Amino acid sequence: MASTATSRLGGLRSRGAALGGVVPPVSLLLLAGAAGLFVGSLRSSVFAQLTVQGLALGAVYGSLALALVLVYRATHVINFAQGELAMATTYVAYQLIKWGLSYWEAFFATLTIAFVLGTVLELALVRPVQHRSVIAAVIVTVGLFILLDGVVNWIWGGDFKFMPSPFGTRVYHVGNVSISRLYPGMFVVVIVSVLLVWALFRFTKLGLGMRAAALRPAESALVGVRVDWMLAVGWGLAAVLGAVAGLMAEPSQFFLEPTLMQPILVYAFAAAVLGGLESPTGAVVSGLAIGVSLNLVVQYVPAITSELQTPVAFAVLVGVLLVKPSGLFGHREVRRV
Amino acid sequence: MRARVPALVSLAAVAAVLCVLPFTLSDYNVSLAARVGIFFVAVLGLDILTGYTGQISIGHGAFMAIGGYSTAILSRDHNTNLVLTMLAAFALCFLVGLLVGLPALRLSGVYLALATFALAVSVPALPLQWSRFLGGRDGVQTSTTVGDVWLYGAAWSASAILFVLAWLVLRGRIGRAFRAVRDSEIAAVASGVELPVYKTLAFGISAAYAGVAGSLFVLATNGFAAPDEFGIALSLQILIGAAVAGLGSLWGVLAGAAFVGLLPSVSSSVPVIGSQHGQDVVFGAAVILVMLLLPGGFAGLLAQLRRLKRA
Amino acid sequence: MTALLELEDVEARYGPVHVLHGISLAVEEGSVVAVLGPNGAGKTTTLRAVSGTVRRSGRITFAGRPLGRLGPHRVARLGVAHVPEGRGTFSELTVWENLRLGAYTRRGSIQPELERVFTYFPWLSERRKQQAGTLSGGEQQMLALARAFVHRPRLLLLDEPSLGLAPVLVAELFRIVRELNEDEGLTVLVVEQNAHLALQAAEAGYVLEAGRVALAGTSDELRADDSVRRSYLGY
Repeated sequence: MASTATSRLGGLRSRGAALGGVVPPVSLLLLAGAAGLFVGSLRSSVFAQLTVQGLALGAVYGSLALALVLVYRATHVINFAQGELAMATTYVAYQLIKWGLSYWEAFFATLTIAFVLGTVLELALVRPVQHRSVIAAVIVTVGLFILLDGVVNWIWGGDFKFMPSPFGTRVYHVGNVSISRLYPGMFVVVIVSVLLVWALFRFTKLGLGMRAAALRPAESALVGVRVDWMLAVGWGLAAVLGAVAGLMAEPSQFFLEPTLMQPILVYAFAAAVLGGLESPTGAVVSGLAIGVSLNLVVQYVPAITSELQTPVAFAVLVGVLLVKPSGLFGHREVRRV
Repeated sequence: MRARVPALVSLAAVAAVLCVLPFTLSDYNVSLAARVGIFFVAVLGLDILTGYTGQISIGHGAFMAIGGYSTAILSRDHNTNLVLTMLAAFALCFLVGLLVGLPALRLSGVYLALATFALAVSVPALPLQWSRFLGGRDGVQTSTTVGDVWLYGAAWSASAILFVLAWLVLRGRIGRAFRAVRDSEIAAVASGVELPVYKTLAFGISAAYAGVAGSLFVLATNGFAAPDEFGIALSLQILIGAAVAGLGSLWGVLAGAAFVGLLPSVSSSVPVIGSQHGQDVVFGAAVILVMLLLPGGFAGLLAQLRRLKRA
Repeated sequence: MTALLELEDVEARYGPVHVLHGISLAVEEGSVVAVLGPNGAGKTTTLRAVSGTVRRSGRITFAGRPLGRLGPHRVARLGVAHVPEGRGTFSELTVWENLRLGAYTRRGSIQPELERVFTYFPWLSERRKQQAGTLSGGEQQMLALARAFVHRPRLLLLDEPSLGLAPVLVAELFRIVRELNEDEGLTVLVVEQNAHLALQAAEAGYVLEAGRVALAGTSDELRADDSVRRSYLGY
């Protein structure tokens, strides 16, 4: 019968595709890198400390990068204000704590506020322009960057603020290595948040609807998906991820000030692009890689001072892009003529 | 979208106003007007790149830095005539622009924008590394400084010259090729336009313009070139200027330059707003509002008005 | 008996270009109706007008309810499944995810729907985890049909199902469509270039030309008509 004949052929084809395309050299490179980190950590306590610290910072970069990717996949807009939004929500948490909430109460309240803020921003600022001109929408986010920066400075001032650390000041001792409880704590909180968002996308109907709306809005509408709401929820989730990034970045900078997220945004951009703007996994993995690499490179390669950190990171980024113009994990866009 | 060149009459009127202005304004306002002139040059450069070949750059602050530092260093080390340094900046940045334009060919859209963002972030960090030659955090100082009126004259003369240059380039073969590239790369290639040549050329020209703007910018800040002056904020300001300007209209470029050059200073003089931060709030809100209402920028608005007039 | 779907003087345009200049047609519940005509006649646009994917004016009534200016996701929720030209498969997602999306508007468990789908397309069950884009053209078309069916619609809009498929597969496809119609009571409005097949599967048909209905009638009447025979049936 015709259908069984085609199904047999199809089965073969799918197996071939699985072997050929899905295990790219990049994954092997990452495995090698991870192995190297493990071995290095065993041999040097400084290496281990830098690795843990790098992974924690990298998780923060990755989380913000994931937010950027979410927004880009849904609405094709690079949200320049993603970092400032994260910073602003961190100030909200600061204020809530000042008003008497415990750290974790403020944490979850802030995440909720961030979600609402994200969806409102999409509805108010992006939806009106996005279909007419993507560039205009991007410039709107630039304006939002400036606006948020001004608002935060206006309300709270630019001086340093102190926030209680969620992880206390205990230091773990593992063999020769002493690591502040802060870094594993940061890492765990961020990664758990990222995994929860991933689970939402992978296993829930809402998540499927969001993925479908981002991939093929026209076809999604035909099956009953409310594409516009999906995009707004996407922005809301991105804001939540940003809030987590901000809240976890703050303790590592020791105090809160308005420029908190600016260097992080820069690395988040690099991570998002490196991973290929359409790949959530790519963004997070690249973020971790950037965090660890920068930490280690500044320590072990004397020629690269901390001033050169950013230019070198970007030189690498541009280098990668020239070899793989759609990022490490990205897919080549086929131009249909 | 053909570039709408203002009728000769309006151009003459503008030129007349510009000549008279410095005599009627206070010193402070003259310096503001000079700032607008500087942004005019920079935004014009970016408009040529994006408007005519569709390549987006968020890195023009880097070219401005290169131009600005050239002026500062040539003046500091060789006491070169300032106008000559601007020519040097033009030439140097043209070459750098070509060099950047070459790898840029491999990238498109968002990726190109982010790569140029990388440029904008990285270039200002370089003086910190090579501080002996490039002055480090303390920057480089020119040997002579200029007054507001000189700056005004230089800025608007440069604007005029570069505007005419742009017009000459864009009306001819190169301009047609640029527009073809913007409208459809595939069609352009099919018609025999050598994509790489024109796209790279556009980058070069655009960077050269930014370079001149950078020279003027340094002269405007008391002849002082420092890394902080050329941060990502500057690149974003030029981008905003180009977005507000819209594509394909010279009046638009003027509007965009005025928006970026004047709004922050004007709003800070309003008592309620005053401080730096109030200024940012107003500027940010203004940018959002303008882009929501006029996604096509000022040029888009003009096009709409023209259509209404015809109907 | 009022028809399940009724179009009265429907006009549609893409921007400034008017494609439909007043289409009127009716589809009885439980029937299969074909829409024929040359390229550019507006067949696809007619389906799009029903599903709300294109700007339209005129009266469209579905199950007694006027569709007005409802957008595609609202029309889908009312019980209309539109399988567009090119199948509308979510190539990046798995077969199972495609089916799950088909049932997006249904609440609760969709197990019973899936069971029924697998009786018509048994091979789909083995291929749940396969990425939909790696299926062959014929399989994707079957998947699209399955996806529409999981929706449990009252009306199925099928756009050029035979496009790019081998004749054997096309025959199989239409056989399944007829089965769905007869056994599940699914009403079908199908746009088809292959007039012969379409008239075989359908009870009635409309011939469109330049955005208007040129001819209407039962399949037998259309098959007997001279102009139809010459232009679309080739004899």
